[in-house]
Amino acid sequence: MAVGTSPAPLGLTDPRTGDAAGAIARLGVSFWVFSAVLILMPLIASPFWLVQIFAYAAILGMIALSLMFLAGYGGIVSLVQMTVAGLAGYLVAILGDSAITQISLTWPWWVAVPIAILIATLFGTISGALSVRTEGIYTIMITLAIASAFYYLTLQNYTIFNGFSGFNGIVPPRFLGVDWRGTNAFYYLALGCAALAYWAVVYVSRAPFGLALQGTRDNPRRMAALGFNVAAHRIAAYSFASVIAAVAGVLLVWFQGQMSPGTAGVGPVVDILIIAVVGGLGRPIGPFIGALVYVLLRTFSLDALEAIGLDGKRFQLVIGLGFLLIVLFSPGGLIGIYERLRERHRRSQDTRAATMNAAGRGP
Amino acid sequence: MSRVLKAALASCCFLVAASAAIAQEKLKIGATATLAGALTSGGEDGVRGLQIALKQAGNKIAGREVELIIAPTDASPDSALRAARKLVEQDRVQIIVGPLSGSEGIALRDYSKTVPNVTIINGSSGALEATYVNPSPNFFRFNSDGAMWMAGLGEYVLKDKGYKKIAVIAEDYSFPYTQVMGFALGYCRAGGQIVQRQWVPLGTKDFGSVIANLPDDVDAVFLGLGGGDAVNFLNQYSQTGGKAKFIGGSIMVDQTVLSSRGAAKRLLVGTPSSGGVADAWDSPKWKEWVKLYQESFPADKRFASPSLFATNYYNAFNAMKTALEQVGGDLSDGGGKFRAALAKVELDAPNGKIRLDDNRQAIATTFITEVAELPNGELTNKFVRTVPDVTQTLGLSPEAFKAVGLPSRTNPECKPTS
Amino acid sequence: MSSFVARRPLASLLILIAGALFLWLVFAVWTPGMEAAFGRKRVFLSALFNGITLGALYFLVASGFTLIFGLMRNVNLAHGSLYLLGGYLGFSVGSATGSWVAALLASFVVVALAGILMQVLLFRWMEGQDLRQTLVTIGLSIVLADLLLWGYGGDTFQVETPAWLSGPVQLPFAVALRSNGEAVMMTYPALRLAIFLGAVVVGVLMWLALNRTRVGMLVRAGVDDRDMLSATGVRVQLVFVMVFAFGAGLAGLAGVVGGTFQSLQPGEDTKILLSSLVVVIVGGMGSIPGAAVGALIVGLAEQFGSVYMPTYAVMLTFLIMVAVLAVRPQGLAAVRR
Repeated sequence: MAVGTSPAPLGLTDPRTGDAAGAIARLGVSFWVFSAVLILMPLIASPFWLVQIFAYAAILGMIALSLMFLAGYGGIVSLVQMTVAGLAGYLVAILGDSAITQISLTWPWWVAVPIAILIATLFGTISGALSVRTEGIYTIMITLAIASAFYYLTLQNYTIFNGFSGFNGIVPPRFLGVDWRGTNAFYYLALGCAALAYWAVVYVSRAPFGLALQGTRDNPRRMAALGFNVAAHRIAAYSFASVIAAVAGVLLVWFQGQMSPGTAGVGPVVDILIIAVVGGLGRPIGPFIGALVYVLLRTFSLDALEAIGLDGKRFQLVIGLGFLLIVLFSPGGLIGIYERLRERHRRSQDTRAATMNAAGRGP
Repeated sequence: MSRVLKAALASCCFLVAASAAIAQEKLKIGATATLAGALTSGGEDGVRGLQIALKQAGNKIAGREVELIIAPTDASPDSALRAARKLVEQDRVQIIVGPLSGSEGIALRDYSKTVPNVTIINGSSGALEATYVNPSPNFFRFNSDGAMWMAGLGEYVLKDKGYKKIAVIAEDYSFPYTQVMGFALGYCRAGGQIVQRQWVPLGTKDFGSVIANLPDDVDAVFLGLGGGDAVNFLNQYSQTGGKAKFIGGSIMVDQTVLSSRGAAKRLLVGTPSSGGVADAWDSPKWKEWVKLYQESFPADKRFASPSLFATNYYNAFNAMKTALEQVGGDLSDGGGKFRAALAKVELDAPNGKIRLDDNRQAIATTFITEVAELPNGELTNKFVRTVPDVTQTLGLSPEAFKAVGLPSRTNPECKPTS
Repeated sequence: MSSFVARRPLASLLILIAGALFLWLVFAVWTPGMEAAFGRKRVFLSALFNGITLGALYFLVASGFTLIFGLMRNVNLAHGSLYLLGGYLGFSVGSATGSWVAALLASFVVVALAGILMQVLLFRWMEGQDLRQTLVTIGLSIVLADLLLWGYGGDTFQVETPAWLSGPVQLPFAVALRSNGEAVMMTYPALRLAIFLGAVVVGVLMWLALNRTRVGMLVRAGVDDRDMLSATGVRVQLVFVMVFAFGAGLAGLAGVVGGTFQSLQPGEDTKILLSSLVVVIVGGMGSIPGAAVGALIVGLAEQFGSVYMPTYAVMLTFLIMVAVLAVRPQGLAAVRR
């Protein structure tokens, strides 16, 4: 298979669905309308929807995006992305300010945050280096094990991670004359970071590095024969993805105001994979759609399930079955469904046009 | 298929939001409880406590109809925070009853400081820090904390049971630290000796080596375990053929362990413990509550008798009701009058009289109990005695209690004072 | 063996000395100086035996996991759910019939059937799509966990230990001397010994089945080169179904074993899955001897950790895993390809 730009994660997506550049071009009007709605959202949405739904979805979406980048373009399914975000969040609490005064170093945010992102990225890169030495599906096992190791470390260590209780009282800083704790400010901060991450992923996927990475996904042997260092490309992909996850982790800790082992426990780690897969690993927008669906479900599941006469406690069952259905019947996720519908629509139009042409020509 | 489902769910969300907007004059009360994860059964019982109290109030407080909105959590502080924010920002409640577990309580204490017009009445969380460290003016707790639940137990096992030297096996997180502290303060002051403390990670499955590591010459072992860990320990201890006597932390002898399926729990028979409720207390008020609880739900949808969670949520609701009625249901001033009334509430609760101290922390009764077997083979907590009016400083002066420091793996030390 | 000695004389000598030292540690009566260094002998020996017996449980779970993975490249993340399902079934059957053996058999059979259903209804249709299969197993584990919570509730369950296995037995190791010179012998739970023996029997049978039977030959051929095997005209689907059934059945069986000497509750599925993951990563993926080595190492690490460094006992196993990944990423017992 030739080196192409189509994100086709491990046979999850139909390789026929065009290339990324085409997708951007095709977005056209709808893309701008979508952006405008997001930017004008504070005019119509309540503070609750802005922060608890949209900003939270943007943050989770970024973490899932970092997974989508690895899986979609590199064919690497890493479960360590939530852990990278968690580590960055922890470091913000440890280096910066929190209510746990005996541990927090109270460095100013412009020192703490870059160092947090740097160390978390380094951690992600090392995890990547450990797991790229084995191939394919092993990665999912190794990264899951690394993620749970981190969870147990934070749970048991009191001198650095403050154990079971974790940290609380962490607040977004005030800079550029803006208090980023404010509803609109935090919404725009999260949205801005998410947009930047989205753009970065699209850009990198079309840069030489991204193309080479997709080559290593499709045919590592041939890429190696062509003189590319496959392992180095994969590790670099981990680094890039880790930066996105780490930034999201900083936002996450500001959003939550606190950090504890459960934030990056096994449950959330798997949830990120679910978000990415449900949204669709085929396009960078997929993770954000998955995150929005996930956040809506988590927030309103009890009300919604009981409103339609089901037992609210069976929320996990609904999530699990929904996820199974998506994986079984629409491997491209929700984005895949959308694309298939559009494809069918277009094809039926084409056929209609063709039949009309044929009819017009006549015998 | 799933798209249809999602669409249905989404439209339901909007319906719920819309219907919430119509019922403006209803009194909205939010509640959080652990309805997912390891503490699910406790959370469900807490909700039962609320439902009973609500029904008893005839669905009305101070003439206003009550709408109870429950937000589920999974016992993690993040989820408690999300639930509280949803209740405050989306459902616009001014009062939240909850949360249930320790670290959730600390998270909501901090959250309450950012929403001064919202009153949080703790559901059942028992972390010492929630009201002792940086207390918040709008966070109220009508139940004892983990250390207070152990008040008087140390003296009891030393004097009445004659356990002079003990070892401790407990889970390695804040709640057991707090419980061991509450126990050790009384026990060591009375002359008892703790010769070993083994802290095992939460979720330990194999206690084989921990058991082998126990000293031979102790009179009893204090067990600060809960749920599955407790059952695993008992099971493996019985396999080694050990004969030690036990002292139980509050959750070591609660119904989750006593009603577990299997034989291991029988080892607990005769184990002294203490906590915020005693299943078999013979006070009329308690018996009335047990009867009410048992009549409110069919036997397969509840515990044999109300758990600590049901009782605490029930009490929290009733305290709120009392204060709301005193101010005529008026929360228009951001709840200031309501909170002033709430701070003065003296509750004649099923589990003894409860009033608040200056930190809005309950001064309440602790029950010393002993596990006993009923004729039908079930295990229950036999009532031994009450320790009334337990304060958060466990009878020490605030300065002396402060000098002890916060509970940890090694604090407090156990120096026999002569 | 002899060729190894000839090739690496120094290493052989070191291994021999270490082995002798170890045996002496086990059988000798410890001096006070040694007690000061290692703690009481009973504690050391218990940790050793407990580690081995815990490893036996891990082996039962992980061998099925690794077999399925080795043959079908299917990372069955629902393996922990099968364990829990087997445990709950064992509890129900055990309390209904009063027979522990019946519980073991019933769990093995029913969970094996569940495995057959999974393979025939789901995985068969997505062969070669590793990631998709893994995702399906994640979905299945979520659904199964909630169904089990629905059916059995959040209580802790424990399978009744049969009378002939409860209580301690005496082992021929002196742990201390009484003042009259009489040796105090070590006592040890009979159940744990039985589990260890059971795991050894299962392990030996599996080895025999893999190395001495035709089906075993097919399975080994499949692990080495799946495409080649199917190209030779073997009914590879049938082999897959059998292996999946057997692996799942072992998980169910292990559930009963684990439910007897530990306990069953929601969340146990994830814990046992994580243990299996570490076991197969350390031992080598797809290798039965690897699962045995890995299970032993992880079991010993957990038990020695819980005595000598309780705070970081959980971390120890993961540190070992990271060390193995860094030095020998294919696992300790895996064949280099």
